[in-house]
Amino acid sequence: MEFNAIYVIVARELKKFLREKSRLFSAIARPLLWLFIVGAGISRLVPRDTGMPYTQFIFPGIIGMTILFSSMFSSISIIWDKEFGFMKEILVAPVSRTSIVVGKALSGTIVSTIQASVILALFPFLGFQLSLIQIMLVLLICVSVSFCISSFGIVLATFYESYESFSVIMNFIIMPMFFLSGAMYPVKLLPDILKIVAQLNPLTYGIDALKHAIFPDGMGQMSPDFSLLSCASVIIGTSLVFVFVASRSFERKG
Amino acid sequence: MSIIRVENLVKKFGNITAVNDISFKVEEGTIFGFLGPNGAGKTTTINILCTLLSPTSGRALVAGYDCMKEPASVRKSIGIVFQDTTLDKDLTAYENLVFHAYLYDVPKIEMKDRVNDVLNFVDLYNRKDDTVKKFSGGMKRRLEVARGLIHRPRVLFLDEPTLGLDPQSRNNLWEFIAELPKKHAVTIFMTTHYLEEAEVCDRIAIIDNGKIIATGTPDELKKIVGGDVVYIRTSDNVNAKREIQRSFGFDVLEKEGELYMTCSMGDTCIPEMIRTIGEKVLTVRLQRPTLNDVFLKLTGKAIREEEVSGEGSILESIRAYRRRH
Repeated sequence: MEFNAIYVIVARELKKFLREKSRLFSAIARPLLWLFIVGAGISRLVPRDTGMPYTQFIFPGIIGMTILFSSMFSSISIIWDKEFGFMKEILVAPVSRTSIVVGKALSGTIVSTIQASVILALFPFLGFQLSLIQIMLVLLICVSVSFCISSFGIVLATFYESYESFSVIMNFIIMPMFFLSGAMYPVKLLPDILKIVAQLNPLTYGIDALKHAIFPDGMGQMSPDFSLLSCASVIIGTSLVFVFVASRSFERKG
Repeated sequence: MSIIRVENLVKKFGNITAVNDISFKVEEGTIFGFLGPNGAGKTTTINILCTLLSPTSGRALVAGYDCMKEPASVRKSIGIVFQDTTLDKDLTAYENLVFHAYLYDVPKIEMKDRVNDVLNFVDLYNRKDDTVKKFSGGMKRRLEVARGLIHRPRVLFLDEPTLGLDPQSRNNLWEFIAELPKKHAVTIFMTTHYLEEAEVCDRIAIIDNGKIIATGTPDELKKIVGGDVVYIRTSDNVNAKREIQRSFGFDVLEKEGELYMTCSMGDTCIPEMIRTIGEKVLTVRLQRPTLNDVFLKLTGKAIREEEVSGEGSILESIRAYRRRH
């Protein structure tokens, strides 16, 4: 791996992100809407004796949603680079495909983690008390989940050439990933078929890890669905698989 | 020493053969031109030499490295200016160049100097902090050439470098390219379908339908034509053609109502011809041999007409093939 190349790919992406301030605001507007409008609405339907207020329960899920959207959409930069020809500049450079994928995935990771931290900073307003260690743990999980989802987005992006077809497939994938991730309701309450699908979704484990960190003594239905160790292994394992597949798929074609 | 060696290179896209068993060599420090109509296989060849495509069969060596087996070493030794811009329009000229310097692992202490040097060389130093989207087509092309030189490549590939430029920027760019081998100790491999531009090349290979049909210096190639070309328009082409063939023994061809033939001494040939076919002559013109005539002679068609007719479909089928795979 070439660290200079990874560094400069990340630096370019961040520079572009900072120049487009509107991207940051729109990325934060969506989770706020879900947290305070959808969440507040649904909490009226949820019985009060389930262990915690519903708006608290969905907090890890909303952080996960922020990461999901921002990581998946950061891979659009690959489609733009292909469309405007810049990808060729990168592909003819003496740089391994793995470095390119890692560079792009880290860019997505940083951008997503920044956005997730903004949402995380709202925890006092939701009645949480988080220790510094918990906050660090949440940030660490955010970084790993962002890397995992960003590399998944890159895998998808290597197969598409045009913005139109890619954004169609993105919308088709993102919403099911969100709804079947345990973000809005515990996986253990899902019907069997949906439970299987949710278990195949890497985001499920990311959000579950966040639940472990944010309410470690969650009880009953609202408690995490998997052990923290299995969450960590799934996130790391799938990240490696995604990086590998994306690098292979970047290799010359034809 | 040959810095590029290509042996029996074949590239097929499905059942379309884009490059059909070509072989050639390029000597170090020269400008080598790959000339042919669109869809002849020029870009496919460049993409193979740049390690972006794998050939179906055959071998290609650049700077002594095998394009298939040692792609990383090949990539380090080459710079490329593609047909379409590959700059990041949202970054400044300077940022684009620094990005490139990092990708090619240019030592950090030299980076700034090298970037500023190439910016001065292409006369864009005072625009270095402007975003590329404010640049004209010619400036972008110059910036791309500058970028291709930062890592001191041994071969610089230019794929149709003047495509889409106005005549003036085109001339400037050519003067600039002609100086590159001396100033930067680099070999130039370029493609073009503008014949007049191929004149700056030290050697040219003419490619048509994926095959190389001639190689040589521009002068050598013009000798293939065998002299000047005389064009005559007459009121009665059929008889005029017969009379010229009988009295002079020339091979007379006809295109768009005009007769044309090659003769070694056009200036003296024309008066004699007019005396022979007399009042039938409507217009006469004489053309010194150009590479277009060479192309015409070798393929029986002008390079430009090819551009409009057949090739579009070949390019389309290649694109369609690549979409499917």
